[in-house]
This record gives sequence, C-alpha cells and structure tokens, in this order.
Amino acid sequence: MPLYAVLLLAAGTYAYRLAGPLLGHRIELSERLRHLLAVAASVLLVALVATGALTQGHGFAGWARPAGVLVAGVLALRRAPFPAVVVAGAATTAVLRLCGVG
Amino acid sequence: MDMRSLFRTLESATVRDIALVCLADALVGASFGAISVSGGLPLWVPVVMSLLVFAGGSQFAAVGVVLSGGGALAAVATGLVLNARLLPFGFTVADVLEGPWWRRLFGAQLITDESAAFVLRQSDGRRRRAAFWLCGVALFVVWNVSVVLGAAAGGLIGDTDALGLDAAFPAVLLALVLPSLDDRRTRAAAVVGAVVAVAATPCLPAGLPVLLSLVGLLFAGKPLVTGEPRAAGAGGVVVAAESRPNAVKEEVR
Repeated sequence: MPLYAVLLLAAGTYAYRLAGPLLGHRIELSERLRHLLAVAASVLLVALVATGALTQGHGFAGWARPAGVLVAGVLALRRAPFPAVVVAGAATTAVLRLCGVG
Repeated sequence: MDMRSLFRTLESATVRDIALVCLADALVGASFGAISVSGGLPLWVPVVMSLLVFAGGSQFAAVGVVLSGGGALAAVATGLVLNARLLPFGFTVADVLEGPWWRRLFGAQLITDESAAFVLRQSDGRRRRAAFWLCGVALFVVWNVSVVLGAAAGGLIGDTDALGLDAAFPAVLLALVLPSLDDRRTRAAAVVGAVVAVAATPCLPAGLPVLLSLVGLLFAGKPLVTGEPRAAGAGGVVVAAESRPNAVKEEVR
C-alpha cells in the first residue's frame, strides 16, 4: 500500500471529522442521509467478511477458511470475548488445514 | 484541561467503561498490526495509518483490499465510504469542540464511534467535554501503541496460512459488524451486498466487488425514529463483543 494511498484515506477521513465542528451551526444533516451512511458502513463490512472468507484472488478460498470464520461468527453471536472469537476462528482453519482440508 | 479534573467531572462508572473500551480496542489494534505485517505489508503501513487515519474499521478494510490483490485506489475508496459515518458524528459532538481553532483541529482527529458514544451518554456540557477528551486521548494512545506492538509481533510469524491467520481478518470484521445487524433493514442490505460482491469476484478486478456491494443500499429502507448511526470504527462495535459495556452499544444506536 503506497504512502499516497494512506495519505488520501487520512485526508478524506479527517475532512469527514472536521465538517461537523466547523459547520455545525450552519448545516443540519437529514435523518435519511445519517441512516444511509450508517447502513453503508455495515454493508461494506459484511461484503468484506463474505469476500474475505470465501474468495482468494478470483476463485474459491477452500473450505478451511470459511469454516473458521463461521466458528468465529457463532462465538461472536453468543457474545464470547473478542480474543476468543478471533483465536477460535484462526485455530479452526489451522486444524482443518493440518487435517488436509484445503 | 488536566487529567485530574477530567476524572473528577466524570462518574467512576463512565471512567471504568472508557477503560474497558480501550482494552477491547487494544486487542483489535494488536490484531490489525499483526495481520497487516504477517500478510506482507511493511511495518510502517499499519503504524502510519493508525496515527493518521485512526479509524479501525476502515484500516482493516483498506488493508484487506490490498492484501487480496486490489488496487490502492479501491482500498482508499472502500475506506472512505466506510468512514463517511464519521460525518454525522462530527455534527453530534460539535458542541464539545467549541472554542479556539486549534482545539477543533486537534479534537476532530479524536472523533470515533466510541468517543461519540460516550458524549451521547452525557447531557451536561462539562461532562460531555470531559467524556470526549478522556475517551478520545486514551483511545488514541492505546490504539497506536497496540498497533505497533501487534505489528512487531506480526513480523515474527512464519507461515501465516498454517496458523489460519487468513481467517482472522474476516473473523475480526464479523465481530465488529454483527451488532449493527440487529436492524432488519441493515441486515437485508448487507446480505444483498455480500451476495453481489461474492458473485462479482470472479469477473471484476480485486477491490471493486466490495464497492459494488453498495447496491445493497437499495434495500436500506427509511430511517428509524432515532437515527444515531452505529457501525464499526476504531474497534467500534467490538464493545458489544465484550461482556460488560452494553450500555455503550445501546447508546450508539
């Protein structure tokens, strides 16, 4: 990831943050826009989970990785502590690979 | 504003909740550093990113796009769409940053899901300010230190696939985003978006399928009565994955 990309992301993110403190008195955001921005964040994160779990390059990632992510998801739903969620996910994938699952 | 007066102004329960959120985010930060470096990025990338971007969800997202072969611009675009939710947060906490220009410029960088959530829990002006600065400064320090430590540890890891670390990245994001999926319309939009992104992966350049998932927004419906945004930021919704501070999660709604 080149430095210019990090700087672009940083500058854009800072602009989002600064708009409110600078313009707070003059502009009000609509409920509709606030709702869309919040849902957009969730949509992108879930898409990242799905593509990250299922795909590698342009193809299927194999069964071991999505199985690990599934285990992590079940634990997260049951409100397991964050470190347990991540370690259990990675460990499931590692053990499956050890057993020869792709 | 010195630290002692911050602590005096806030209730001890609030200070404790802020400490718990910092602890949770330290774990996310360490994961971010470790996953970035063990995935092949140079050490400075997660470190500089954490200082300048300081929004965990977008940092994970941008690194995820790059590690899966996507272009730098696709990574930036994904991160920027994700961080757009900080825009309403800035308006929500604008009152606590009133004052000299340097306070606004510096304070703006400390706006996160977490600091906004703690401000929302307070009604009194002095407490709102105290909660913002304590949470903002503490998180900034904890986040950046834990990313450096995680990145250093990530450099020591050999065969990342044998350890299943490629599953850790989606696992972290899933833990971050799950609480926001309580809402039916958000869930519908997210499922449609995910199906579209996976289906498009074989035929589009890496990085674009995730952006294409935004067509799911067509299913986002109308806003609820209370429209405070909730999603993952610098650890953000991880709060809900931890056992205790559900109060924070409820407030972010």
